[in-house]
Amino acid sequence: MREQQASRTFDVVNTTAIFLFVLLCLAPFIHIVAVSLSSARAIMSGEVSLIPVELNWNAYKQVFSDMSMMRSLGFTVMMTVLFTVMCMFMSITAAYPLAKTKLKGRKPVMFIIVITMFFSGGIIPEYMLVRNLGLLDSVWALVLPGLISPFYLIILITFFQNIPDSLEESAEIDGSSHFRTLVSIIIPLSLPVIATLSLFYAVGRWNGFTDTLMYITSPEMYPLQLKLYQLVQNNMVSELMQMEGATGQSMLQPESLKAASVIFATVPILIVYPWLQRYFVSGVMLGAVKG
Amino acid sequence: MTLKGTSYLRRYWQLYALLILPVSYFIIFKYGPMYGIIIAFKDFNFFQGIGGSEWIGFDGFREVFAMPDFYKTLRNTFMLNFFDLLVSFPAPLILAIMLYELKFAWFKKLSQTILYIPHFISWVIIGGIVYQVFGTQSGMINNIVVSLGFEAIPFLTDKKDWLITYLAVGVWQSAGWGTIIYLAALTGINRELFEAAEVDGAGRMRKIWSITLPSLKPTIVTLLIINLGHMISIGFERPYIIGNTAVRDYSDVLSTFVYRMGIESGQYTLATVVGLFQAVVGLIFVLGANYASKKLADQSIL
Repeated sequence: MREQQASRTFDVVNTTAIFLFVLLCLAPFIHIVAVSLSSARAIMSGEVSLIPVELNWNAYKQVFSDMSMMRSLGFTVMMTVLFTVMCMFMSITAAYPLAKTKLKGRKPVMFIIVITMFFSGGIIPEYMLVRNLGLLDSVWALVLPGLISPFYLIILITFFQNIPDSLEESAEIDGSSHFRTLVSIIIPLSLPVIATLSLFYAVGRWNGFTDTLMYITSPEMYPLQLKLYQLVQNNMVSELMQMEGATGQSMLQPESLKAASVIFATVPILIVYPWLQRYFVSGVMLGAVKG
Repeated sequence: MTLKGTSYLRRYWQLYALLILPVSYFIIFKYGPMYGIIIAFKDFNFFQGIGGSEWIGFDGFREVFAMPDFYKTLRNTFMLNFFDLLVSFPAPLILAIMLYELKFAWFKKLSQTILYIPHFISWVIIGGIVYQVFGTQSGMINNIVVSLGFEAIPFLTDKKDWLITYLAVGVWQSAGWGTIIYLAALTGINRELFEAAEVDGAGRMRKIWSITLPSLKPTIVTLLIINLGHMISIGFERPYIIGNTAVRDYSDVLSTFVYRMGIESGQYTLATVVGLFQAVVGLIFVLGANYASKKLADQSIL
């Protein structure tokens, strides 16, 4: 009976600890929401932690009436959709032939693809390439260089290989071309993995920052992450000024506006999150088996 | 023979046609930059382009290896990765075992759902959150610290405190997501082992120690080796966004150094040298890790 008692204690401690971890995981989000809904006075006096003080929606009104913010959102959505559609087109057209182990010349093609997983030119040569192609400061600089992730491609190839050959063979006997087999048999059977990879590509593009920092200079083409980064930078500047004893707070954006902008950029991810979650475990496992 | 080749092509040309665009992509956007590596051996300037710039051999390497900043960023890269390994490597393992031990399925599922979220949040957004949480003047943590009567902790502007911020953010972002691979490995445990252990009178901790952990050993070893193989590679966004000029002594790593030197200051040759150094040493590390994995765990990680 002592053991049962000990086991129950273990459960209580364990469950409580996980509960606390979950809270710890959420606390930063809750804090940001609270700040975004609080008054400037309450924030500056340090009264806001997890509950909004002097509740108001002004920060959100300001974010939504900021035309540059809305344009940035529109540009980011357009870029993400364009990128994801092109990624999937390229990945599917690459994976279908490469899934056929008997295809002549498959090995060298796989070889040149796998090499790129372990060695790359580095950011300066990549920058030079984008520059020489005349893509700087255009949406293509953010779309073209990342079209195929070798890692995701291998997941897709593996998935295609697991589709029974008999389905394809019967289509072939009926005189179906490879193109038609791909469109009418392979793709419909692969919709779950296509959905998973699309979401991963889309989230990656949505969240991507380094290339936007390197390739985009005109403010009207700032994707959301770059736009938001400027606000964060703003934060750092004020933090550094405080360190030097200056009081430059007044000339900066109110905290609630920054917090509201952070929420504004986070919400789209949270909206797709339930779909992401449905697929990612299988996606990760597929990758883990192969990788 | 030629006829056979022609009929083979007639039958399969569509498959090759499908490969044209993807292969062109790899050649242009992956191998193009590899050609650009020769910038490291040239006195690069825009007017003459990559091809026309003058060859300087290893002069760029000599210059880089004489820069104190190079050694500082190299040290910081190893240091941040090492501390990250100490903190962020065990965290998902412990969390996964705790989740595995949870009794209520719905609570386990809910916890997982929430713990995975930070993985999908961009570093820019995390940067915004970090400021709000760790800021000296009105950050959430310092609000509490000050209200308890202590002095505010400069989490973002003192380099030692910043290191704590950097590591804490890493754990917050990656621990939940990292449990997936362990939890998947745990589904393979034979439940009878636990029942047998119970008959022998083993307590919960004893079962974790003697059954759960050993069954995770291959996964732990493999992940550890992969991590060691990536000791010299470090993402750009995390140190760049969370770091700042006040803590540059710690936050400046190879990737931010390359960016600053190349894109910001236009020293393309030197920046390419550093990038090439990192890529080559990184490749050696990964190959070494794979060799170690074959020897130790009898499985290839490549």
